[in-house]
Amino acid sequence: MDLTFSAEERAFEQEVRDYIAESLTPEMKRATALTPSVFSDPDIGMAWQRALHRKGWGAPGWPVDHGGPDWTPAQRWIFEAECARAGVPNVNVMGVKMVGPVIIGFGSPEQKNFYLPRILSGEDYWCQGYSEPGSGSDLSSLKTRAVRDGDDYVINGTKIWTTHAHHANRMFALVRTSDGERQQDGISFILIDMKTSGITTRPILTIGGDHEVNQVFFDDVRVPVANRVGEEGKGWTYGKYLLEFERGSGIASAKLREALKTISDLAGSEITGRAIEDPDIAIRMSELEVDIDALEMTELRVLSALQTGQNPGAVSSLIKLRVSEIRQAVTRLGVDVVGQDGLAVEPARPLYRLNHEPVIPEDLLPVVPEYLNSRAYTIFGGSSEIQRDIIAKMVLGL
Amino acid sequence: MDLTLSDEQRLLRESADRFVAETFTSEYRKKAANDPLGYSPDIWKQFAELGWLALPISEAHGGLGGGAIEIGLLMEAFGRGLVSEPFFSTVVIGAALVAECGTEAQQQAILPKVAEGALTLAFAHSERAARFDLAHVDTTATKTADGWRLNGSKITVLDGAAAGQIIVSARVANANGGSGKLALFLVPAGTAGLTLRDYARLGGGRGCNLDLKDVQLPADALLGDGQDALPAIETVVDRAMAALGAEAVGIMQTLLDTTLEYTKIRKQFGRPLSANQVIRHRLADVAMQVDEARSLALRAALMANAEPVVRSRAASGAKAKIGRCARFVAEQAVQLHGAMGVTEELDIGAYFKRLLAFDTLFGGSAHHYRRHAALSGRVHA
Repeated sequence: MDLTFSAEERAFEQEVRDYIAESLTPEMKRATALTPSVFSDPDIGMAWQRALHRKGWGAPGWPVDHGGPDWTPAQRWIFEAECARAGVPNVNVMGVKMVGPVIIGFGSPEQKNFYLPRILSGEDYWCQGYSEPGSGSDLSSLKTRAVRDGDDYVINGTKIWTTHAHHANRMFALVRTSDGERQQDGISFILIDMKTSGITTRPILTIGGDHEVNQVFFDDVRVPVANRVGEEGKGWTYGKYLLEFERGSGIASAKLREALKTISDLAGSEITGRAIEDPDIAIRMSELEVDIDALEMTELRVLSALQTGQNPGAVSSLIKLRVSEIRQAVTRLGVDVVGQDGLAVEPARPLYRLNHEPVIPEDLLPVVPEYLNSRAYTIFGGSSEIQRDIIAKMVLGL
Repeated sequence: MDLTLSDEQRLLRESADRFVAETFTSEYRKKAANDPLGYSPDIWKQFAELGWLALPISEAHGGLGGGAIEIGLLMEAFGRGLVSEPFFSTVVIGAALVAECGTEAQQQAILPKVAEGALTLAFAHSERAARFDLAHVDTTATKTADGWRLNGSKITVLDGAAAGQIIVSARVANANGGSGKLALFLVPAGTAGLTLRDYARLGGGRGCNLDLKDVQLPADALLGDGQDALPAIETVVDRAMAALGAEAVGIMQTLLDTTLEYTKIRKQFGRPLSANQVIRHRLADVAMQVDEARSLALRAALMANAEPVVRSRAASGAKAKIGRCARFVAEQAVQLHGAMGVTEELDIGAYFKRLLAFDTLFGGSAHHYRRHAALSGRVHA
């Protein structure tokens, strides 16, 4: 057993580090640090996507014939870890990590040729139409309906919690095309141009003060049948495939380590009155660091299994649960480190482009909003309660 | 980056799992619990034949030159069977102290005997006033005309009564009467001035408290050539904590497996316990903590030879969190077995108690989170 990377892998690590150093601008880095929500705004995120695309790194997980870099699992690990360390913006994961793999796996040649290059280049910005007001954790009970009319589907219904629908020009959605025996039957996976008439988007402000999610309404929206991915009625299979990516995507420990380091730096600074001198704060920092050590080791165990062509098995389903809990604990510690200055909430967004001098030091601005925003981590992508159901069934065989 | 086992490691794990499953039955454990020795010399001989006692000892001293990963594989298997043979005290601690500190002559005299099963060792270090501070030793060693004189009291000497040699730590008095360096001494069983109060340890195995009253030792009883022993003690204890972590993982995994089976079979209100979501979610949490413990024990083993701060942070972090996981897993295993869980009729209680012992040995979670924070420059030690 060996925790170290090979000479070639270390050379690759240096290449990633060098490329980030030359292409990540101070503006992007500052904007990322001052973004309290899960996703970067597209002006920042897509600038970074274009920078990655220039280098041929626009979609690390894709196969080489669709424009992926053909990296080994270890290279992907190194890339993600270096990105986290450098504080790069989040790219449009709904494109690169969600709909991209589904189109690659199940799309027609025409769909692949049209959509994939536009995801890589950042020309298209995607949102995900999954949840509905009546269908949260019980996603397959969804009711948005697509009725066949000639070469079109006519879609009526509503989607909710749609991240960045107000920025996106495309949506991939699960819609009901028929009623089957099981509620998972009769669902289709469909690609929608957000400029189609009949689509309206209502912003939903969340408790952290961010406009990240929306409700989207479909009122007789006509979408060509050619925009359906795969077979009619098989959408649930494709959607689940994607959710696996959503849950297992990326390497979370490196980002969490950076988040803890940010809080740790604040705690050691005069701008928090040196919060680290409170032994309770110091011990909690060590507790979280050890939690992240454990998570990282579990991720490395998965990586090692993937490298040697083994199935990592059910252990990856434990990861989503821990990641969300640790993320919340880190942000909770952040709130305690900031102390009373956290009351001076800044309502304007984005925090990196304020038209006025903030009341508190800039570095403190995102901390409380991050904590508030992170409450969603144990809810989205299958709530922690759903994850425990999955672990009981899939890991423990109950 | 490769965390898969080598063929030799896989074979070691398989043979250990098989031997433990066949040998360490609950009948054997009950017998051992009432045995004044606490283990079976016959089985100890088999450990030697299997090469386990030689595992971490260098090839130059009759060993196999294995490392922390191999020790972890054995310890995890031992945890599954709640093994109480003095492997940890003799091989993981005793032989390692001799290898770290001993002169070449001392290593040649002791390590081959350990490897062939002819000598067991114990480490007498902890003192009541020290709590978990490895540097706090009040026992004194005074230079005499022809050797050393030791005075003091030790607690929690694992497997001390069965040991052929006890390695005793003491503070060497300076010429001016002040307290000086820490030193280790080889004290043969039965040396005049030793008083042992032996007990059956919580969770299996034996322990003793040890009083040293004017214990006279020859000059060559000093282990090594007079360097301060604290860094070596810290090294050995850090690695020992990684090994204990692996043992705890084996114990926790067994409790999880046993509890899972029980909740599937036990029916109340006309359905298995495991049909209830509250039970399913609790078991998911137990499984998650077992997995986190597994990752941390492995991490501590992989860092056993790293530079001291990295090694100690990994060891303390693992000890702290595995201790917390262990208490949770143990308490939930009893809880989910209902009233049967609190009886001596099931093995659950024995595993529970061994985890309780694990948590406190060399310092509990609170101590090790504090040590981790101190090593990270967050709090003062």
